[in-house]
Amino acid sequence: MPVPLADAPCLLVRPSLRAPAGFPSPADDDLEDGLDLHGYLVRRPAATFVMQVDGDSMRDAGILSGDLVVIDKAEEPAPGRIVIAVQLGEFTIKRLVRDRDGRHWLCPENKSRPELKPIPCLEDCELWGVVVGCVRRLA
Amino acid sequence: MPPVALIDGNDFYVSCERVFDRRLAGMPVLVLSNNDGCAISRSAEAKALGVGMGEPTFRLRPLVRRHGIRVLSSNYPLYGDMSRRVNEALAGFSPAVEAYSIDETFLDLAGFDGRDLWAYAQDLRATVRRWTGIPTCVGLGPTKTLAKLGNAVAKKNPAFGGVCDLTDERVRCAVLRALPVGDVWGVGPATRRKLEGVGVTTAGGLAALDPKHARRLGTVVLERVAAELRGLACLDLDLLPAARQGVAVTRSFGQPLHDLAPVVGAVAAFATKAGEKLRAQGLIAGQLTAFLHTDRHRQGPQHHGSRTARLVPMTADARDLAAAAGRCVEAAYRQGFAYAKAGVILDDLRLAGQAPLDLFARPRSDALMRAVDAINARYGRGTVRVASMGFGAAWSPRAAHRSPAYTTRLKEVPRVRA
Repeated sequence: MPVPLADAPCLLVRPSLRAPAGFPSPADDDLEDGLDLHGYLVRRPAATFVMQVDGDSMRDAGILSGDLVVIDKAEEPAPGRIVIAVQLGEFTIKRLVRDRDGRHWLCPENKSRPELKPIPCLEDCELWGVVVGCVRRLA
Repeated sequence: MPPVALIDGNDFYVSCERVFDRRLAGMPVLVLSNNDGCAISRSAEAKALGVGMGEPTFRLRPLVRRHGIRVLSSNYPLYGDMSRRVNEALAGFSPAVEAYSIDETFLDLAGFDGRDLWAYAQDLRATVRRWTGIPTCVGLGPTKTLAKLGNAVAKKNPAFGGVCDLTDERVRCAVLRALPVGDVWGVGPATRRKLEGVGVTTAGGLAALDPKHARRLGTVVLERVAAELRGLACLDLDLLPAARQGVAVTRSFGQPLHDLAPVVGAVAAFATKAGEKLRAQGLIAGQLTAFLHTDRHRQGPQHHGSRTARLVPMTADARDLAAAAGRCVEAAYRQGFAYAKAGVILDDLRLAGQAPLDLFARPRSDALMRAVDAINARYGRGTVRVASMGFGAAWSPRAAHRSPAYTTRLKEVPRVRA
């Protein structure tokens, strides 16, 4: 289940280490690399792609217009996951849902837009990749 | 002999474009060479319409119009990135991977002899397809030459299902017997004619040729090719890219240039680009050649000019390279010609640490160039540039139908409708 970064506020602190000349910093031995957000979002670099979202049909899933979504083509597009599908040659982002009769649907998630209806996902529907992350800069 | 696999991306440039523009699926598509000169990658649909490899763009226009063929300029940042991804996906299938060209990769399958190679190759194709969207064909053989040959057979003949296994002796004999000798890797037109002269018309015939006879006909290379066709490996998997002999950047101009200033701007840009290549490999150069010439295929006065300069001290500094290239081309330039192409070649390359020390070397050049490379990598090529490059770029090559840098620039990633 992808967790939009912006919905989980956190403060990233990277202390600057300064030592007066002549005294070794006690933290020197324990220095680590900075936080690696790229590594957090990208598990398989060879199969990971980024797209920019245009529209608000996935608002309730925490994905807004202008967001960058991270897509892993190697992931299995299983029901319940948010996927990139191809509709008439264009990319669309929707949740893949399987109903009780075993039929698959591409479902929008925005309660304020009831006119957006699920699209049947038939045999020939191309599922391009699975959305594994969502990135938004706030300032 | 441990088996070798050659994996080749089908119509690679077209396939790269199709991953991100799904409207191109099933359509006839062409990718043009640098400067939109000729067709260098064609979809199966375009081939079926009679578009030849390397056919000049102007001659293709009627066909393009009649059949609505989609035409794209080449997008090397995209193809390079997709090629890297394919090789990364392949790295999971063998510890020994040799990227042979932008769309061809050899895998050493030593230790896989007992396994079902055909199934393994199909698994590998499916993985590359799923991870990157690129369709491939696989050739398997006891040698590189046979793997390459198997790949060509798999690509031409859909009955093979994308994999042709020439490690199987019976398949190999049947395939070699049916294959024209000119289709063998390393047999050029001249060698082909010689072979046909002594009655060798098929790959099978070449394999059966007496080694001494092969050497007399061609060179030691032909003898090796014949041995490889018999299943004796003579070409090792080169796991390390060969050391560079020289770095060259040459381009055709988007329009003919008559004046000196834009020509100097162009070679300054080429020298800068060559410097980036040099620094990426930790090298410095001792010699620079700049050349320019007119278009031989056009009417009008012709001129070819070239000058070489020693670089003292040896350098990889963009400022030194651009200055030297500018001086060379100023000396080579003649007024009254319509120049079509120019280039910069760097020779006498050495690892940066092995340069002779020089009192007059620029202080802190390394740090500056590292900073310049970092800025340009982040904000786009040419963000920081030597002033002689200018900003007008009258020389910049034609690329009228270039697709976005889908995978390498955040501003150009594909859009998805929500």
